Amino acid sequence: MSVLLVNKNNFQKEVLESDRPVLIDFWASWCGPCKAISPMIDEISEEHPEIKVCKINIDEEQELATQFDIMSVPTLLVIKDGKVVNQSVGLKPKNQILQML
Amino acid sequence: MEKIYDVIVIGGGPAGYTSAIYTSRAGFDTLVLEKVSAGGQMTQTPQIDNYPGFPESVDGYALGSKMQQGAERFGTKTMQSEVIEVNLKDKIKTIKTPDGVLLAHSVIIATGAEHKHLGLENEEKLIGKGVGYCAACDGIFYKGKTVTVIGGGNSAAADALFLSKICEKVIVVHRRDTLRAEKVYHEPLLKAQNVEFEWNSTVCEILADNKVMGIKIKNSAQGTEKEIHTDGVFISIGRAPQTELFRGQLDIDKNGYIIADETTKTSISGVFAVGDVRTKPVRQIVTATADGACASHFAEEYLATIQ
Repeated sequence: MSVLLVNKNNFQKEVLESDRPVLIDFWASWCGPCKAISPMIDEISEEHPEIKVCKINIDEEQELATQFDIMSVPTLLVIKDGKVVNQSVGLKPKNQILQML
Repeated sequence: MEKIYDVIVIGGGPAGYTSAIYTSRAGFDTLVLEKVSAGGQMTQTPQIDNYPGFPESVDGYALGSKMQQGAERFGTKTMQSEVIEVNLKDKIKTIKTPDGVLLAHSVIIATGAEHKHLGLENEEKLIGKGVGYCAACDGIFYKGKTVTVIGGGNSAAADALFLSKICEKVIVVHRRDTLRAEKVYHEPLLKAQNVEFEWNSTVCEILADNKVMGIKIKNSAQGTEKEIHTDGVFISIGRAPQTELFRGQLDIDKNGYIIADETTKTSISGVFAVGDVRTKPVRQIVTATADGACASHFAEEYLATIQ
């Protein structure tokens, strides 16, 4: 599965109402560690069809960033049944990201 | 028989991948072990102006990836895995990872350095909730707010200056009564209308609910404590070398750096230390890459003697 780009218009449907667990990568174009984590997020998306993998650009989606109190990028959130069940900040190795799920 | 690499490089920053470019280009079977992603500390820097060859500057992550690709072009393999234990003393060096034990005739240590933490109880828990180590990465989230910078060296001064352009107020907390930063920072910082200083002060507590609300600082000159409101705390008190794995095996100085001169040779033959992890006067990307070339030269010399 490819990574889904989420914005405030499709957030409700794709994230909160998702029937699969959702991994969201909050990122920004000017953030180096975001670039480093991005290929790992892409791989997880390819390798784990049971997870819905999404990316949110915090500069374009400031409302969503504020809603989730994002104060650092990259921030990863795991959302199940509309609720945040796990959160991690900063560049992490892929196995640690997988452990969050 | 288990595979024995000619060279295993631990760490995929500029020093590690430059070592790998040289050793693999010289025909040695080379593996780079990197726990997260290529580039090391460079990935935190969106704009690098002092690495030659890039007149318009270069993005740290891009530079790290290019170094990786350059090494892989000559056959270097990369494995994303964290080293949990090493045995460097035997002729065949063993390196233990969660993905298995690896063997090598020689080892190049390029584990670099990481931001020092204050060591306060709730510090780790508040990372990304008001506590940060990279103003360039997280500063923008504090637009119009009050932030505190802890430290007085060059990177603390640069962070404070950067934040003063975004934030309502910046408070610099420093344990001495003057900045240790180079003079070029003093004037713009002292001139900035929205920068305040708390001299002779250290942080004793981070006050937080779910996120940072303030800090408690202690003034060592006056012996007083006070609480100050702040939305963010940027900790910039220097870097610490990543050498825990090698304690008890290699000679390490009192600050934790692996003792090695320009040859990068450590106290064990066949083991080399490159980049920020080595005792050296200047830690820059160019000096890290230079170490890679030296390590490769002496690793080749070593490998010739054992074969």
